[in-house]
Amino acid sequence: MAHLPAGAPAPALRRKRRRERLRTLGFLSPWLIGFCAFFGYPLLATVFFSFLHYNQIEPPVFVGLRNWTYVLTQMPLFGPALGNTLWLVVVMVALRVVFGLGIGMLVTKIKTGAGFFRTAFYLPYLAPPVAATVAFVFLLNPGTGPVNEVLGALGIPAPSWFNDPHWAKPSLVLLSLWGIGDLMVIFMAALLDVPKEQYEAAELDGAGAWGRFRYVTWPSITPIVLFAVITGVVQTMQYYTQALVAGKLASGVTIGPGSVIQPGYPDHSTLTVPQLVYSLGFQNFNTGAACALSLVLFVLAMAATSLLMRGRAGLLPAED
Amino acid sequence: MRSYTLKSCAIGLCALGLLLSGCARPSIGSDRDDPTKPVTLTFWHGWSQPDEVKAIDDSIARFEKLHPNIRVKTVADVTDETVNQALRAGGDEAPDVVSSFTTSNVGQYCSSGMWADLDPFMKRTGVDKAKVFPKSLLAYTRYKGKQCALPLLADAYGLYYNKDAFKEAGIPRPPRTMSELKRDAVKLTRRTRDGSYTRVGFMPDFRLYQNSPDRLFAQWGPAYFDRHGKAQLAGDPRTRQFFATARGLIAAQGGYAALERFRTRFGDEMSSQNAFLKQQLAMHMDGEWRGLMLKQHKAPFAWGAAPMPVPDDRADTYGRGYLTGTVAGIAHSSRHQNAAWELVKFLTVDTDQVVRFANAIHNVPSTLAALKSPRLDTDPAFRTFVQIAGNPHSAAIPPSDNGAQYITALQDFSYAVEAGKVPDLDRGLRDLDAGIDADNLQSEN
Repeated sequence: MAHLPAGAPAPALRRKRRRERLRTLGFLSPWLIGFCAFFGYPLLATVFFSFLHYNQIEPPVFVGLRNWTYVLTQMPLFGPALGNTLWLVVVMVALRVVFGLGIGMLVTKIKTGAGFFRTAFYLPYLAPPVAATVAFVFLLNPGTGPVNEVLGALGIPAPSWFNDPHWAKPSLVLLSLWGIGDLMVIFMAALLDVPKEQYEAAELDGAGAWGRFRYVTWPSITPIVLFAVITGVVQTMQYYTQALVAGKLASGVTIGPGSVIQPGYPDHSTLTVPQLVYSLGFQNFNTGAACALSLVLFVLAMAATSLLMRGRAGLLPAED
Repeated sequence: MRSYTLKSCAIGLCALGLLLSGCARPSIGSDRDDPTKPVTLTFWHGWSQPDEVKAIDDSIARFEKLHPNIRVKTVADVTDETVNQALRAGGDEAPDVVSSFTTSNVGQYCSSGMWADLDPFMKRTGVDKAKVFPKSLLAYTRYKGKQCALPLLADAYGLYYNKDAFKEAGIPRPPRTMSELKRDAVKLTRRTRDGSYTRVGFMPDFRLYQNSPDRLFAQWGPAYFDRHGKAQLAGDPRTRQFFATARGLIAAQGGYAALERFRTRFGDEMSSQNAFLKQQLAMHMDGEWRGLMLKQHKAPFAWGAAPMPVPDDRADTYGRGYLTGTVAGIAHSSRHQNAAWELVKFLTVDTDQVVRFANAIHNVPSTLAALKSPRLDTDPAFRTFVQIAGNPHSAAIPPSDNGAQYITALQDFSYAVEAGKVPDLDRGLRDLDAGIDADNLQSEN
């Protein structure tokens, strides 16, 4: 009888483990196939094309690091687009979390008409992004919009909103706060999950409203806040539709055959990296540069997510 | 063992990626078809107004009568972006015959091979393009010797002016020089007591309707590129003169911020709320098609058309204007290229067809014979644009490998200049040239 080396599993055990591994892979296969087809392959192809010149008609040509050099050092719009994207990530995500939490706390406190208020705050979220943006551009039109009419009547100097480079991004933030319903619902669920006994105990210990929030509510909802921050950062890095529609409409450019519409109106103040990727890839058919820029965005999103996960965004103790 | 498996997987995945990326090739068309055999062609065009679509459909009906074996399926209101993407994707639904309103994209169409070279077809069917088309129109339908498009009517830009407003302000005729334009614009501007505008004499803002900077710049006759294809806007004194004129017009009429605020009140360009039609503008740069629209909407004032003013030191070039137009071609992916050529030839070369179509949609005809045709619309405003198109100084913007990207760069820069955000114009222009060159280099294969 042959002796097995010390520590080696018996053949039967090895077979069992292999079967288990195969079974696990079998159950995972739908996801794995999807992952390879819709993430793995596109990612590899994007890396591959970032080293090629390819206009989607002629055969691709290897150009080494030319696309990367162009994107990172020669493309004048890369800086503004990245700056705008990061500005939106910081300001929009922070305000959305604060505003969503505030509204969530408000509607959980309301006793009468709670259903009405929850519906009222949630409904805007159901509006399609394009329709919501169109409505906002109309409302905030500096010349004819009702908001400026009211501000003018009250003697308040009215900004030009989407037509002013300094106000265009804050206007987009306002638009995103109007559709805060998704975060409100998540925070409401988290707030209603906080054990009432803890509030009672805190009250008995003499905690006021701020004390109850700081020592009871906040620790209970921090995982949800972390979730909101991370998903918010990832979503905002992909911010595209609202900025594009608002820019197009506010610019007054006639949209149709013969008009070349560049994103970012006014003065590139609403130009985001995803819009630049689209412009490079599907307006200029500069596939290589578009792929390089997509990878820059991917790396940034991964880095931001990793940092937030690792540092728990400063919200959770490391052992949680 | 495990690391070996991981390595194998990674290598396999890479190989698969590289293999599949090689398959991303659009379909290749064919010019071996027999144009006398029954076939159905798909024609995509950009016209969208009901009268324009009717004019195209009537043209197609005439073509089908001449070619009973060819049926044509038309798709209206198609943008260049859609055409670009469809031709790259290929497939059975892709068009055979395509058209575009953006002549600056011709360079991209020709250099990428997206639109088929038409010279072999013209040679086979005995079309001498030099004898059929005006030089200025041929210039924007070819690139680096490759004739991948033909002009399908042209557009000329001129000045529309409100005759009633001119009479009221005591101005006897439309301005012919830039200093006259500025003087008249100030006279024609009307403001309320609180300082807001009721009418602006001439709004030069580059974001207004058709006011793309290249159109006004055409009055200086600029040369965008040197003979090596390098951008040369910074080295050309005309560029600085042009920007100084635009800024001067803005300053004389109340400043950029005030004008922009007024501009945001304007209605849609192609509707009855158009600012010139609503008399919010006394003078306005636009194409020949606007005349037809003003008639259709029964403009409640007397109006006229004239060539755009020219720089004071180039008064002898008065009559010139910016030219552009629609271009038509054959998709590289079409499998019926000979039949498609029959349609392109009919639409672009046939004198009777060109004249009828030009009259129907109020565009400038694009063949030498059609321009001289006695059956061409005799409306004086329309004739003004025909004369602008025929002026030897009139020109279109040069095509480029990178399509209209250099114009987009110029637009971006012009927006900053008119807003007073470019303190050092020379340095800004040098940066603009460098950016255009980098973009062009990046687009070359």
